[in-house]
Amino acid sequence: METQDASNLETRDMLLNVGPSHPAMHGIIRIVTKLEGETIRDIDVHIGYLHRGFEKMSEIVSYNGVIPYTDRLNYVSPLINNMGYCMAVEKLLGLTAPERCQYIRVIMSEISRVTDHLTCVGASAMELGAFTVFLYMIKAREYLWELVEAVTGARLTISYCRVGGVKADLPAGFEEKTRKAFAETRSVLKEVDKLLTANRIFVDRMKGTGKISQEDAISYGITGPFLRATGVNYDVRKACPYAVYDRLQFEVPLGTIGDNLDRYYCRMEEMEISMRIVEQCLKEIPGGPVQVDPESGRPIPAAEMVDKGKMGRINEIAGKTAVTDPTLEGASDRVRSTIGVEEKRVFLPPKEDTYGNIEGLMSHFKLVMFGHGIRPPQGEVYQAVEGANGELGFYVVSDGSDRAYRVRVRPPCFTIMSALPKLLVGEMMADMVPTFGSVNMIGGELDR
Amino acid sequence: MVSPDRLVEVTRILKEDPAFQMNFLMDLTAVDYLTFGKTEQGQGAHANTGIAVRQPMNISTEEPWPGRTTAARFEVVYHFFSLPLQHRIRVKVPVEESKPEVESVAALWATANWFEREVWDMYGIRFRGHPDLRRLLMYPEFEGHPLRKDYAVNKRQPLIGPVN
Repeated sequence: METQDASNLETRDMLLNVGPSHPAMHGIIRIVTKLEGETIRDIDVHIGYLHRGFEKMSEIVSYNGVIPYTDRLNYVSPLINNMGYCMAVEKLLGLTAPERCQYIRVIMSEISRVTDHLTCVGASAMELGAFTVFLYMIKAREYLWELVEAVTGARLTISYCRVGGVKADLPAGFEEKTRKAFAETRSVLKEVDKLLTANRIFVDRMKGTGKISQEDAISYGITGPFLRATGVNYDVRKACPYAVYDRLQFEVPLGTIGDNLDRYYCRMEEMEISMRIVEQCLKEIPGGPVQVDPESGRPIPAAEMVDKGKMGRINEIAGKTAVTDPTLEGASDRVRSTIGVEEKRVFLPPKEDTYGNIEGLMSHFKLVMFGHGIRPPQGEVYQAVEGANGELGFYVVSDGSDRAYRVRVRPPCFTIMSALPKLLVGEMMADMVPTFGSVNMIGGELDR
Repeated sequence: MVSPDRLVEVTRILKEDPAFQMNFLMDLTAVDYLTFGKTEQGQGAHANTGIAVRQPMNISTEEPWPGRTTAARFEVVYHFFSLPLQHRIRVKVPVEESKPEVESVAALWATANWFEREVWDMYGIRFRGHPDLRRLLMYPEFEGHPLRKDYAVNKRQPLIGPVN
């Protein structure tokens, strides 16, 4: 039998569809790969499966109506989106939120950053076979989400920020709860660090794969931990400080060569730093949580008060304050000026006023009724915040009416996804999984 | 505000001139000014709310925005950032409805590739010299450009069909 000369053998590229529904694809996305053996020769990324028309919807609802939509952009760290959007509208209005509110926003967005990184690292470790790590990480995320729930009343679709403030103050005992949650998170991180950092399989698959140079990363507009892993020192919190970040002391961890392992280190490091920022904020935050004094306010249930008023029994309710059934501990706060601007054309009055007197009721309805609401002057702003994946920008154009003329989101993982061909072509098929995992693609903000 | 035929020249200067060094193209998008200021609601900052009579100190009364300088329907908006000099700049290019075309900057910033595809998808503005101008978020059979102001919010697509 004659042995065949290898050069005569026919080779053919194979087309392989990875996704739209694939266990290693974090959202719905399709990557059409052209394979030669196991080497990726070419890829074509198809996105848009989760497109819900965020930008179009934002043009037909009032300024406040956009806030719930922003929750659904990056659904792993919705608080940062809330904050970015509200800050953009505040900039348009020329308002500055009070200091305590800014601290609360920083605290909440740093907690979100930790949950985001936990999800990203956990999920990409799971795809490499470390399922235990995923479960541990989700456990830690659970502690933090309980914190978020205590403050905002929801776990995911939080809609916590308001233009000019936040929905509610921090609840009583928040500091203590945070300390406990962070202690749990730290012990999980320590455990995970033991499980992964010295794990031969994990390190072998992460090291040297998905490498990108500094020049390429900048040219692709990549930001966040992905950029910092290459050693470029760019963090919106440092470069263009917003809220109170210029007063806080924190370092920004940098990588050296920009491979998957560097990105893993960066994220692990950032979680610790974020927790330190929160602790620092809790120390510096002005004005502790304000409690309602039930005696001095002579409170009366709001519904009862309204009923009495309707029947004309004014004498019974004169001089009394209404108390609402608070769904949130911090929302019953009488002193709202610590968490929101004193501008009634922007910020909702406290619920006690809405139920208790006609001025509060009017200003409430003037803000929530269709065709009324916030009216920024004509203009355009671009506000960038450091999202968990990188620079999250909101470009808002106002034509002076009660609805935004244009709301544009600059999603951080969009630019990283556009660099996928650069990251993957020439690598092995198996390297796609860790590389794609470290991108931390979030369908909600990618497709909007 | 930059004229469309000088765009590549201007952006190249922005990127290479030592006084600018705009190495990041942070964002590239477009705005359709078809109905700008034509909403049936009253104009002006807070004229129609009727809530407050007093002029508060913390909302600036001066006009922060010079207003629109051209009558072109579209504007393509570029946001640049310079890492070494830590500054940002916004460049706007007016685009006429009759000839919705702009020069592509994908050769200068790789990220412009996808951003420009998105603008083409959403606004139907073509980018000359773009390596691969396909729809990005929508599917190829999609009709129209959804973020244009004359695209109705409740418009149905032929592939999806009418409401039951």
